[in-house]
Amino acid sequence: MTAEPVQTRSGYDGETLAALQHDAAAITARYPDPRSGLLPMLHLVQSVDGYVSRDGIMFCAEQLGITSAEVSAVATFYTQYKRKPNGKYTVGVCTNTLCAVMGGDAIFDELSEHLGVGHDETTDDGAITLERVECNAACDYAPVMMVNWEFFDNQTPESATVVADRLRAGEAVAPTRGADSVCSFKQMSRVLAGFPDGRAHEGVGAGEASLAGLRFARERGATAPDRTGADDAPGDGTGTDQAAGEVPGTITGEPGSSAERTPATSSDLETGKDKKPGEDAR
Amino acid sequence: MTDLLPVLTDTWDAPRSWRLSTYEKHGGYDGLKAALKMPPGDVVQAVKDSGLRGRGGAGFPSGMKWGFLPPDDGKPRYLVVNADESEPGTCKDIPLMLASPQHLIEGVIITSYAIGSKHAFIYVRGEVLHVYRRLLEAVAEARRVGYLGTDILGSGFDLEITVHAGAGAYICGEETALLDSLEGLRGQPRLKPPFPAVAGLYARPTVVNNVETIASVPGIIAQGADWFKGMGTERSTGHGLFSLSGHVTTPGQYEAPLGITLRELLDLGGGMRGGRPLKFWTPGGSSTPLFTAEHLDTPLDYESVGAAGSMLGTRALQIFDDTVCVVRSVSRWTEFYAHESCGKCTPCREGTYWLKQILRRIEDGAAGSGDIDLLLDLCDNILGRSFCALGDGATAPITSSIQFFRDEYQAHLDGHGCPFDPAASALFPYTPRTRTPGTALVGAGAGGHR
Repeated sequence: MTAEPVQTRSGYDGETLAALQHDAAAITARYPDPRSGLLPMLHLVQSVDGYVSRDGIMFCAEQLGITSAEVSAVATFYTQYKRKPNGKYTVGVCTNTLCAVMGGDAIFDELSEHLGVGHDETTDDGAITLERVECNAACDYAPVMMVNWEFFDNQTPESATVVADRLRAGEAVAPTRGADSVCSFKQMSRVLAGFPDGRAHEGVGAGEASLAGLRFARERGATAPDRTGADDAPGDGTGTDQAAGEVPGTITGEPGSSAERTPATSSDLETGKDKKPGEDAR
Repeated sequence: MTDLLPVLTDTWDAPRSWRLSTYEKHGGYDGLKAALKMPPGDVVQAVKDSGLRGRGGAGFPSGMKWGFLPPDDGKPRYLVVNADESEPGTCKDIPLMLASPQHLIEGVIITSYAIGSKHAFIYVRGEVLHVYRRLLEAVAEARRVGYLGTDILGSGFDLEITVHAGAGAYICGEETALLDSLEGLRGQPRLKPPFPAVAGLYARPTVVNNVETIASVPGIIAQGADWFKGMGTERSTGHGLFSLSGHVTTPGQYEAPLGITLRELLDLGGGMRGGRPLKFWTPGGSSTPLFTAEHLDTPLDYESVGAAGSMLGTRALQIFDDTVCVVRSVSRWTEFYAHESCGKCTPCREGTYWLKQILRRIEDGAAGSGDIDLLLDLCDNILGRSFCALGDGATAPITSSIQFFRDEYQAHLDGHGCPFDPAASALFPYTPRTRTPGTALVGAGAGGHR
């Protein structure tokens, strides 16, 4: 039992409530005004309950000293907050114009028929909530599907159905660009509340489409222009001394120079530690 | 001919490109080290001199925006980065933050130093989980080596960055709605004036800038304003990300000087899918009036695109070939605007809903002879009468598509339905489900997407 009784109208047990209060305090500490913590706090209650429950609303209201009506007003405004228990995975098919005409409509229809649910409905086993989603900023990978807001690029009805079946079977499923596997809705909600899960270094830096222009530029030897001369540099110039003795950045490189970086040594691939900034900056 | 020009994208193919160590190896944080040796006012002046204009769509000169802040009164002022990338077609900031978040973090630190902000916020949409992970980690990495925190690199300058996840609302890309959302409220736009520069976050002076804008700042400081001005056109200076999507051979991000044309980009990227003809395209997202093949040689800079009747916007080049029904496309965009209208003002809240219904009945072949003109009349009552740009944007695809493709609208009326095979525009073969006119979209649920 916690040392002091906590007055709450939410129905959380003591242990859950204490953990929530601990996290809520960490959230509000990020902002000059605690009220700014409401959005992450709503993600937090979804990480416990799987949706924004009545208890969750009461909890947020009590933490921030506002009314439950004020919390509800916010919770109902944003589409990521669910007012009924969500599936373990939100499977969202982009059916905004570009994805839709390139196949998103067909993917949604196929999934809907395959899973036996429509938009914003959850399969009987509680595994998947199917949604039509709006543009998710991956148009160069159309048609796009999101699973718990990880990218599944360049989908077809067949590939999307396979993903859904594997999710329902409890398999680990890897997004195209994202962590090594999709996490649960509750785990995702905790990250969105601002609590890292240690998976930032998983997955790719950029997908193929993101690199399309860069690859053509490399083939053509196209680079950004040289700077127009050291005299134009702001400041006294000492800030760039460090670069002088090192491998030049591509910005100052010529086609075929060492600035065209393919990893040459093991240090090029070193990822474990970040060096301290150079003393020359002082 | 204008060629590609990798600056922000230049490290994206490096191994573990998102790491601070990778970024530093390629010149990262040289800009910050140079900036901290300059008086803050000189940093602002350098950005003014560079001609950098906002990359989030409006194209407002960034240095001038910073210069609007009132004199320092010793109380807080804020930098807020708009990372709520949601405009249909726009897909540049998300890959940038996934591949090279330190580019943004360095820009945030330099900009905060320039404007005297000790607490900066990055408002990223909540629907990109891995990007949020990368940003949180990027801030942690920068803090570990002393680029954030107190007395940064011995300069006496202090800064904290809070990365804030949204929760799904297109309107929060509007800067004052974003500020309300960041204050823990419903994301609805504020009346302007006062502008955020005077009364923004917590009613304090605030600069709100787009991700790509802020990420462009380190290069300007490290390489010089003249270097930046050496790219692009006289009034649209510098580099920009052009996002090619749709029926093209090689969709993706193309970084080039402002003023490149779509024809040049298509030549670089292998042209249209299967050599099919270009039918229509958006120069800057769905809120910018449509272009057609006659605009292939329009320089993609703020002035030229504006003179040709559209807007450069976010350089979100959504390309549609001749298999695509323009009515279906516009109808879907309109459903988006109706879904995302925040409800604060009547012309947008009611108008987008009306537009959606009329377009739906045109698509379904149930429209009357006056419905095309009714659409135009409604647009006339929304454009310029809405509280923010969402309502204006909703009219752009409708009026421009009727301007260029009125015959196609008429064909839907005359033929009582859509003359196009929806499967022809998809990337894979499929058999469309049977649609029952007027009822095809029932079942999405009240308040649902459709």
